[in-house]
Amino acid sequence: MSLNEVKIGGMGASRRRVEDNRFIRGKGNYVDDIVLPGMLHMEILRSPVAHARIKSIDTSAAWDMPGVRLVLTGEMMAARNLAWMPTLSYDTAAVLATDKVRFQGQEVCAVIADDPYIAKDACGKIVVDYEILPPIVNPVQAAAPDAVQIRDDKAGQVGNKIFDWEIGDKARTDNAFADADVVSKIELHYPRTHPSPMETCGSLADYDRATGKLTVYLTTQAPHIVRAAVAMVAELPEQNIRIVSPDIGGGFGNKVPIYPGYVVAILASILTEKPVKWIEDKTGNLTSTGFGRDVYLKGEMALRKDGKILGVRMNTISDHGAFFADAQPSKFKIGLMHSAFAAYDIPTAHMFATGYYTNKAPGGVAYRCSFRVTEAMFFQERMVQAAADDLGMDQAEFRRVNFVKDEQHPHRTAFGFLTDSGQYEKCLDIGLEAIGYKNFAAEKAEAAKRGRLLGIGISTMTEPLGAGNSREYDILGIKMFDSAELRIHMSGKAILRTGSRGQGTGHETTWAQIVAHELGIPADDILVEEGDTDTAPFGMGTYASRSTPVAGAAIAMVARKVRAKARKLAAHLLEVSEEDIEWELGRFYVRGNQERGVTIQDCAMAAYSNMPDGMEPGLENVAYYDPPNLTWPFACYIAKVEIDPETGVWDVLQFVAVDDCGVRINPMIVEGQIMGGLTEAYAMANMQYQTYDEEGNIIGGNYMDFLLPTAWETPGFELYEVVTPCPHHPIGAKGVGECATVGGPAAFVNAVMDALKDKGVRNIDMPLMPNRVYEALTTGKDIYGMPPVRSGN
Amino acid sequence: MSSLYEEINTPPASDIPVRRVTINVNGEARTANVEPRLLLAHLLRQGFKLTGTHTGCDTTNCGACTVLFDGRPIKSCTMFAVQADGHEVQTVEGLASASELHPLQEGFKQEHALQCGFCTPGMMMAAKALLEENLNPTEDEIRWALSGNLCRCTGYQNIVKAVLWAAEKMRAELN
Amino acid sequence: MYPSRFKYESPKTIVEAIKLLDAGKGDAKVLAGGQSLVPMLKLRFAFPDQIVDINNIPGLDYIRFDADGSLHIGALVRHEHLEKSVEISMRQPTIAAAAPLVADPIVRARGTFVGSVCHADPQGDWAATMIALHGSIVVQGPKGKRTIAMKDFVLGPYANSLNYNEIAIEAVIPAPKGVARGGYLKLERRVGDFATASVAVALDMSGDTVLNAGFALAGVGGKTIDANEAASALIGQKLTEATIAKAAQLVAALAEPRTDHRGSAEYKRHIVETFVKRILVANSAQKVA
Repeated sequence: MSLNEVKIGGMGASRRRVEDNRFIRGKGNYVDDIVLPGMLHMEILRSPVAHARIKSIDTSAAWDMPGVRLVLTGEMMAARNLAWMPTLSYDTAAVLATDKVRFQGQEVCAVIADDPYIAKDACGKIVVDYEILPPIVNPVQAAAPDAVQIRDDKAGQVGNKIFDWEIGDKARTDNAFADADVVSKIELHYPRTHPSPMETCGSLADYDRATGKLTVYLTTQAPHIVRAAVAMVAELPEQNIRIVSPDIGGGFGNKVPIYPGYVVAILASILTEKPVKWIEDKTGNLTSTGFGRDVYLKGEMALRKDGKILGVRMNTISDHGAFFADAQPSKFKIGLMHSAFAAYDIPTAHMFATGYYTNKAPGGVAYRCSFRVTEAMFFQERMVQAAADDLGMDQAEFRRVNFVKDEQHPHRTAFGFLTDSGQYEKCLDIGLEAIGYKNFAAEKAEAAKRGRLLGIGISTMTEPLGAGNSREYDILGIKMFDSAELRIHMSGKAILRTGSRGQGTGHETTWAQIVAHELGIPADDILVEEGDTDTAPFGMGTYASRSTPVAGAAIAMVARKVRAKARKLAAHLLEVSEEDIEWELGRFYVRGNQERGVTIQDCAMAAYSNMPDGMEPGLENVAYYDPPNLTWPFACYIAKVEIDPETGVWDVLQFVAVDDCGVRINPMIVEGQIMGGLTEAYAMANMQYQTYDEEGNIIGGNYMDFLLPTAWETPGFELYEVVTPCPHHPIGAKGVGECATVGGPAAFVNAVMDALKDKGVRNIDMPLMPNRVYEALTTGKDIYGMPPVRSGN
Repeated sequence: MSSLYEEINTPPASDIPVRRVTINVNGEARTANVEPRLLLAHLLRQGFKLTGTHTGCDTTNCGACTVLFDGRPIKSCTMFAVQADGHEVQTVEGLASASELHPLQEGFKQEHALQCGFCTPGMMMAAKALLEENLNPTEDEIRWALSGNLCRCTGYQNIVKAVLWAAEKMRAELN
Repeated sequence: MYPSRFKYESPKTIVEAIKLLDAGKGDAKVLAGGQSLVPMLKLRFAFPDQIVDINNIPGLDYIRFDADGSLHIGALVRHEHLEKSVEISMRQPTIAAAAPLVADPIVRARGTFVGSVCHADPQGDWAATMIALHGSIVVQGPKGKRTIAMKDFVLGPYANSLNYNEIAIEAVIPAPKGVARGGYLKLERRVGDFATASVAVALDMSGDTVLNAGFALAGVGGKTIDANEAASALIGQKLTEATIAKAAQLVAALAEPRTDHRGSAEYKRHIVETFVKRILVANSAQKVA
């Protein structure tokens, strides 16, 4: 008589996605698909230069063009106190430039016209007189004592340093290094790259003077944060601001910040009294919106000769571009960089972190990671590889010696995190078996006969997801909880609303599965809505893989609250006391008499038609979930690559992924996330980067130079699963969206380095393009930093 | 409302060169007054309200705008609407019949070949062009045929499976 | 993303098209495949006053081998027609090798061979192929037709020797005296990327003796590199390790690569040498048909 959980689309069901029904028909509802009557279009004029004083702006010819309704400059924004806006890191960022432009691509003017073609024509008629200033394109230049000051707009700012930050135990770590048998050192640069979802950012702002209500449709992963920010910046009352995040064509962190275009479009709508749509082009997205990474590391590991890590030192320098616009918890200046080495049992560690302004696009964002965790885990696994090599120890063996053992959980890391669960060695064993590790030496020798170099690269890591507990985590002071609101209709169908926002991550499908698990209501009977601040309960949105850990937990909790009330209704219907009621999936029954029961649907109907005396009608509730801790998925990624030494081209022969993300709600969706993340990892390792030449011109500002791999280059992935439930999460889930992007790049890089070991090469910084690999293997020298750039190319 | 996208027959504005075009879109004749510089993708999206075709870049790289033009795949952002006058265009909205989804649409759903959905219409149209020439493609042939369509979410592995799924169903339907 | 305004004409005959170009006095551009022109218009790198669309002119989409063995490719032949042509794969291996490497499959469905040659992109595959094959372009203007040899056709980056009132209507590849062999290799980081270096090798063989050879390079100089003089290392010779090495060295010496974000000049020159060797080695293993 009991329901089959998989059949009703509960936990563990590879339920086909609800979202697909509209996407496969081309009936998605992305921001650019939305049309409002009388809508105007906005185009932004961007700075062609990296650093310059603005001497004058002449917009008269633009105003004269037929079809142009409004031309906005920084001066006009300043008159309304809107030329600058706060960032999510307590800095300020320009909305439209006033005194200076500080990066190539910065927003200077905006034209609002009847259609975007005319708006673009008019942008071409605006004349800006720039007085070029020396550009600063890396932290070394930024730190020079005679460097020009980029942020001369900030009172109290001296030079170009943004912050110094420190964590860990310096004295104890210094002692560990003094006692070391071997000290392993490596210097790395994780290059600037860009999340580059397929859909760019955009907004449609609609201010209705009659009602005083501002509605903004925009590409955001965190609609409530936007509402709070707009209330602050535009000084409109919060209840009159409605932010709607419709279908989002990919986020990856790029759609968390509030961008100047949104603010300008809102003002334009207020001034023109018409809806104003702004959709940026890909060049705008790549040159001005939240980039990822661009961090330098000096890493050191103190080692005992039997392979035990005695201590770790990390010294990071991060390049934040013109404005410190990282979207991250306020307490941590370099995000969760100190989550590095959480999987390893290390007695002591210390980190210094410094951040600088440069004349580049501002940011960065957490590109498919929890706030710098991608950098942390990449640095970690490259340091681990170097250390094992320096000791002459096998890569897998070195990890085994140093892993936190299963029974050591809960475990306090050297940097102060508390990890709670994991089976690290089991994952490593599965991965090694699948990649054929034992047989590799023979394979390598056979390939050498064919003139090819083979290498295997391992990347193992546990990373923190689900930021985060209110004791430690906030963004601009707002705590990072999330929410779920569940209402059961009288027919037993339901509507669920949460504060998260899927961007292709399948929430409409998986959130219903959690409710199905808790209440036995078939997932197909549950409508899931997100993204509209008028109806969704407050949440901090989706990024840093926090949805399942936080919103998912809230959903389980709210479903349990609903079930608790349903239990009372069941007791009333069955005419027994509540203590005599038992629950199985989808129904309550009388203890000792399983045949005698009522379904959850019966309880729902009763909530509207047959309540016990004194009970409020209806069957619904809301839950806000403050996660007690972060969650800690673990992954072991292993790549096997083959290098053509004559060209430096490398191919992936095999890639194995062993993921432990706790309990899997929808296995099909989990696997989709892993494959997507591994593809981004492959992209970053191989070809996907941005850099700037010495004049501050960006390389990688459009899809001709910013390379994403196609179906042809992208390797296939073999996926394996281990399940170690999260002890504190209501359904034991940990989250998975970013694990592959976090752990993946090191697997590829370690594999290429392994293949080049005999050539004396220790490091090639990403991207490992063929020319860089070739140069390293023919010279035996490491390749550090960005590919050389010639200005004018 | 600008004369750029008007679908009804009104006289063109004075100094702007405007042409009247009639295009067979998904089997139906559609007429509009357009400026020559109007991209086909924009006529489809804004003029004809067929917003399934997406624009994902500005350098003809991403393929999100792929439609079929006289049966062959083209990037509709790299063709002017005036060029389509008298021709046949098929978009994602024309894949399903009145009663059924196209096997590609079914396959994409069955094999989880989409996540955010933004590249999906273009991807399916390119896949349709492949299957019209080769109803038994290998994995390599599928990856090759789709190498002009970028996807950021899926890693392509499930897209390949979806096309194989659709090909098998279409072969079975022939028998 | 949005081009500037232009006037548009879609003539139905070549003569009509030529009249329009003539009247345009140099401010009119021919639109064929559009896969190079339209992106330039969208980025506003080009803003002609008028576009002359030749896609509706019938009779320009032929791939024809004449009785004498020469190959004639009409102005509206799309890249993919060459990619799919069985006859091309059997009789013109350099073209067959290059065709799948042009841009990506969707661009190949629309872009044209002749248009690409006219565009004279220093990274363009077809200009290099045509030079290696000693091809020529048939051009029509108000005064009639003329034929321009490839070496006189590409003047520099994005510059060809057409007059403003002329249209390229056909590409001609001369018949081999013996059997056509050859290949094309391109180092690109992913499909659709610009070339780090590309090499076109054309061989005309009688048995295992080289009657004639042609070499051209893309991506390693300010314009397409004509490396045909390196053929001297092979003419009258067999393809041996020594002759192959010598030819590869000569070709590489003629490259003019620049260091940029795709690699150093030395690296690109090395790739040229490596690719020439690989193509010649692959062809030396083949039996005579």
